[in-house]
Amino acid sequence: MLTYIVRRLLAAVGLLLVVTLITFWIFYILPLWAGQTPQSLAAAYVGKQQDPLALRAVVDRFGFDKPLFAQYFDYVIGIVHGRTYSDGVSLIHCNAPCFGYSFKNYEQVWPTLLSRAPVTVSIALGAGVLWLVFGVLSGVISAVRKGSIADRVSMGIALAGVALPVYFVGPLLEALTGRWNTTYVPFLSNPFQWAQHLSIPWVALAFGYAALYARMTRAGMLDALNEDFVRTARAKGVRERKVLYRHALRSALTPIITIFGMDLGAVLGGAVLLEVTFSLPGLGLLAINSIQQDDFPVVMGVTLLAAFFIVVANIVVDVFYAVVDPRVRLA
Amino acid sequence: MSGRHSRPNQPSNWFQPARVASEPEGRPQPRGAEPERDGPAFLEVRDLNVHFPTEDGLVKAVDGLSFTLRRGQTLGIVGESGSGKSVTSLALLGLHKRPDKRGRGGARIRGEIRLDGEDLVAAPPERLETLRGEKLAMVFQDPMSAMHPYYTVGEQIAEAFLVHNRASKAVARKRAIEMLDRVGIPQPDARVDDFPHQFSGGMRQRAMIAMALVCNPQLLIADEPTTALDVTVQAQILDLMRDLQQEFNSALIVITHDLGVVAELADDIMVMYAGKAVEYGPAKAVFTDPEHPYTWGLLGSMPRLDRAVQERLLPIPGNPPSLINVPSGCAFHPRCGYAQMAGGHCRNEVPQLVDNGQGTLVSCHLWPQQRRGLFAEHIAPKL
Repeated sequence: MLTYIVRRLLAAVGLLLVVTLITFWIFYILPLWAGQTPQSLAAAYVGKQQDPLALRAVVDRFGFDKPLFAQYFDYVIGIVHGRTYSDGVSLIHCNAPCFGYSFKNYEQVWPTLLSRAPVTVSIALGAGVLWLVFGVLSGVISAVRKGSIADRVSMGIALAGVALPVYFVGPLLEALTGRWNTTYVPFLSNPFQWAQHLSIPWVALAFGYAALYARMTRAGMLDALNEDFVRTARAKGVRERKVLYRHALRSALTPIITIFGMDLGAVLGGAVLLEVTFSLPGLGLLAINSIQQDDFPVVMGVTLLAAFFIVVANIVVDVFYAVVDPRVRLA
Repeated sequence: MSGRHSRPNQPSNWFQPARVASEPEGRPQPRGAEPERDGPAFLEVRDLNVHFPTEDGLVKAVDGLSFTLRRGQTLGIVGESGSGKSVTSLALLGLHKRPDKRGRGGARIRGEIRLDGEDLVAAPPERLETLRGEKLAMVFQDPMSAMHPYYTVGEQIAEAFLVHNRASKAVARKRAIEMLDRVGIPQPDARVDDFPHQFSGGMRQRAMIAMALVCNPQLLIADEPTTALDVTVQAQILDLMRDLQQEFNSALIVITHDLGVVAELADDIMVMYAGKAVEYGPAKAVFTDPEHPYTWGLLGSMPRLDRAVQERLLPIPGNPPSLINVPSGCAFHPRCGYAQMAGGHCRNEVPQLVDNGQGTLVSCHLWPQQRRGLFAEHIAPKL
């Protein structure tokens, strides 16, 4: 098991390297192909100031005129080891993990990411718990009482949940609750307010996912209830309730947890629509703002962080699967 | 002409097939089993109907089935796919889905299933839950899918024990090891912690049998217990089931499409077609002197190792009938090569299950003498 995890971690590092290569290619090389020059890239950083000396300093500092592989090498070294920027006059040290330097707000990327991450993590965890619990619960009830009123109502709501986007559900909830205060309050400063303020965003985000999970759980449970081993459990005289959760749900839940891990990983990389809808200063809002301002280093940082979350979620899910399903061979 | 078809209907009280020449020779009988042979029936099924309402119509999967079984006795139920064998066995265990409050879906079960005098059709679901696994148990066809992939073999056997016994997990585990040893799993104290996928097909079926027998059930139903296994393992499993049955003196029902499987194992054989019994009698008689054309067909389509290879198997022409629109009269008449010999009766009249005078019940419009003549002349030489 341990060697399996170690091997997966090594593979994950390789995968993340590939991701850096691709994002780097997209943000630094594609613009050059499209006719940009190191000078015009620098101009994008400096903004309206078109002083050639200042441009020259920026090009030197970020090495825009170095060969591309050298720039990429510097970037990766920066992430694992940190790097030092020099414009010939002063040195700016950027500690590992160094994702570069945003010139729009004159800050290093990594501390910016760190300051935004708690918001997104809070959103993801709260909503994740909500949608997992309610989705699975209503899915199980629907499957067990297939064709009943409860099944039809919850599947109807689920259909709405799948169809309605967050930017519709969010404002609707706000309107219904009478301008709920959704300002982000850090968990450590006031846990109660943290939960109270985030509750509406949680519900708005969880609604669509819960709907999806309810439908998946229902389908999985219906499949599982038709499995031979469930019939065997009944033939042994196992009580119906126990048949449901010990035999049917156990096998129906495994793929659900897998998808939950992936979804949670994706939301951790930034719940863009939700954060924009409620103006929550998380990674998603940061990404949107940075894209609008052509702030490439920040966009790259968010992209890599999101990729990191996905890769980690993948590993966690694989390990979980190996623990839950004894048939999985750790090859 | 009319006399031929005015045979008395089967008496409404339960008919017990006479046990003439029903003892397979050379088969050791358990001591103490003999007195019970003539005792009251342990399992009595009378006029059992299992119907499934569907959108296309009413599926009559089992239609008016009756049989009895005593302790220590084995009944083989034989028939093609869709003849109602498995539906019967699931009905015995009460494993069919019940219709909802508005009477939709599920299975409509009518008739009587008396186990030790207790009617299982009328029993509440909770009562059936208590009986299942304890008094009646089942071995399923495909032991790979019939065992939960996430629990060890030992856990699954122990679970069956714990449902019906107040015992600690350690005791249940010990009992599981005991049962695995009893069904011939080598190194049972190590294999008890294996998962089903770590067992071979034959071992899984043995483990299924161990799971079914863990509470010493008085009635064991084996639904195609050897179909998923290769031939050598089949023989081992059949031997094992026979030994265990004699040891526990339980009643055994073996369901199969293969007459060869039950020929040796069963005391009685019931051949089913389209939800009805077409021939029901002592195993030896049904196997050596079958009287129903459908039974002939089953025998003819059975490969035999003691025959020359170049001889062809004789498949039964046609397909199993739809259970929604069952053919009129005798359900087998569209596939029967002798239907014209009884005039239009085969198409128009449902034949009754009638004693042929030698202890076998046959439902066929042909005269018994006619059937025997046909079998001796046309069928037996080809078998």
